[in-house]
Amino acid sequence: MMPLTPSTHLRRFDARTRVLHVIVMTTFLGLAATGLPLLFSEAAWAQRLASLFGGFHGAGLVHRVFGATLLAAVVWHVADVVWRAFVRGERGLFWGPNSMVPQPRDFADFFGMMKWFAGAGPRPRFEHFTYWEKFDYWAVLWGTALMGAAGLILWFPVAASRLLPGWMFNIALFVHGAEASLAIGFIFVVHFFNGHLRPDKFPMDVVIFTGTVAAGEMRHERAAEYDRLEAAGTLDALATAPPSASDVSRGRTVGTLGLTLGVGLIALILYAVLL
Amino acid sequence: MLSRFVLTLAAAGLMSTAAAAGQSSQAAPKPPSTEDCLACHGDADAKRADGRTVAVDATRFEGSTHGPMACVDCHADLAKLTEFPHADTLAKVACASCHGEIGSKYHDSIHAWAKEKAGLNVAPACADCHGRHDIAKKTEATSRVARANIPATCGGCHDGIKHQYDVSIHAAALKKGQSNAPVCSDCHTAHTIQRADTTAWRLGLTAECGSCHAGVVESFTRTFHGKVTQLGSTRVAACADCHGAHDILPASNPLSTVARANLVTTCGKCHTGANERFVQYDPHPNPQNYQRGAILWWANRFYWVVIPGCFGFFGLHSVLWFWRSRKETPR
Repeated sequence: MMPLTPSTHLRRFDARTRVLHVIVMTTFLGLAATGLPLLFSEAAWAQRLASLFGGFHGAGLVHRVFGATLLAAVVWHVADVVWRAFVRGERGLFWGPNSMVPQPRDFADFFGMMKWFAGAGPRPRFEHFTYWEKFDYWAVLWGTALMGAAGLILWFPVAASRLLPGWMFNIALFVHGAEASLAIGFIFVVHFFNGHLRPDKFPMDVVIFTGTVAAGEMRHERAAEYDRLEAAGTLDALATAPPSASDVSRGRTVGTLGLTLGVGLIALILYAVLL
Repeated sequence: MLSRFVLTLAAAGLMSTAAAAGQSSQAAPKPPSTEDCLACHGDADAKRADGRTVAVDATRFEGSTHGPMACVDCHADLAKLTEFPHADTLAKVACASCHGEIGSKYHDSIHAWAKEKAGLNVAPACADCHGRHDIAKKTEATSRVARANIPATCGGCHDGIKHQYDVSIHAAALKKGQSNAPVCSDCHTAHTIQRADTTAWRLGLTAECGSCHAGVVESFTRTFHGKVTQLGSTRVAACADCHGAHDILPASNPLSTVARANLVTTCGKCHTGANERFVQYDPHPNPQNYQRGAILWWANRFYWVVIPGCFGFFGLHSVLWFWRSRKETPR
């Protein structure tokens, strides 16, 4: 058993989670870059952005490929959760400190955070997932389900019309665009800030790429989880070697690329909306 | 034979005038005046050797927009001529020597291409649409290119299209005297006419329809069809693909491509297998219009609350967080 020092690394994300994040990140960026020309078709940059993908039809093809991939990844994830919970009998997926399901503690943490912002209390002691991380998770899951459904209706309108009235195409296009605005704005501004750009993490947190976090950082970020695991004596079991320099550098490269592209797309949206 | 004789006589008189002019100054001979020309061509029976008329109606010419001009201003090759009668075949009148800009536009048109490059002799040049000695401004009711007369002028060659146009709602409006009712040149232009299958021309059409049907085109730009068209693709439906081009009729007319009973066929041109449910699609949606679609209206309302709410909430959350972190981080 290696002695736990602040620089010892602890496992946080398993390979499946990291792969899922890379798939969601890549497809999300690709979907945004190929969908924005259509959403902002009147913008000066719309045709040029589409031409990076071989024009509108190329962009449409890439959009469908990324969309299908993201949908498949989310279906795979949901199937994986169901399998872990009901076949493997894994406990704590739907309730408890490691669950993505909102807990009473999340509301307490949120109010604690407000107090801390106001300087009226200490920074809350967070568990395995914070309330903003859960919000991100459910937003992506819900957003993918809704936009995926709308996207499939628009992709196969004649097939959809066997079940749905044609005015659903109007709703589907509107919802797809509105939900896209919401998702793009949320991920490329709020998620980027919360996960990466805030002063604690700036310029980025590579834990989602490397999978491990330094014990000292975890103790600061997720004090409640740290104390719980320490009390249960299971903290040492998470100890692992720090990520190699090349792993960190790869994580930083991928992260920088994603952050840059996302912020660039936000700049294009602001240009179209404000100018 | 008599007229040939008359022409020769008149030409002899003309030559003496020219010769007199030549004596008074050593410079180029004085060009023949309009009166000189009309001495022969003013005769309604004037014919050339092959029997074709060469008569010019002086009154109509003087009443035309070119009335104040001399014959040789246009028939420039006759200005320096001293031998009369002149040759049967004259140089082509170069309208572009004055109307240069329009001439170069015409030069790029499909009509000029057909005439000059493809050798299609029936393709029109200036005079075929504007007339010759009786050219009138388009603002004059008698002009061949006055709005009300354009369908007839173009229809002189494009007879089949004119028959389609004649039954359309646009032709009906024109006949009622609605001066802004579209005629051929509104969509096709007058001088830069292109093939109807060129991308650039097709993409410009939506704006042309929108010059009258502004709200309808604005609603179109909110649709997938409209957005893809805006991005420069002609592979999706724009106005004419559903409404037709020359034979446009209102949806209330059972013959219209967008009449309720014809929608499955019209949508089915692209969407193979379109059915009655499919055509409940609204190709001109308006999220502000509750009557037109209540669910779209509600969806619009919903996102108008959710999007600003979400960005406002988390935006503030981020700003406060940033501010608090900066205060606590030792610099």
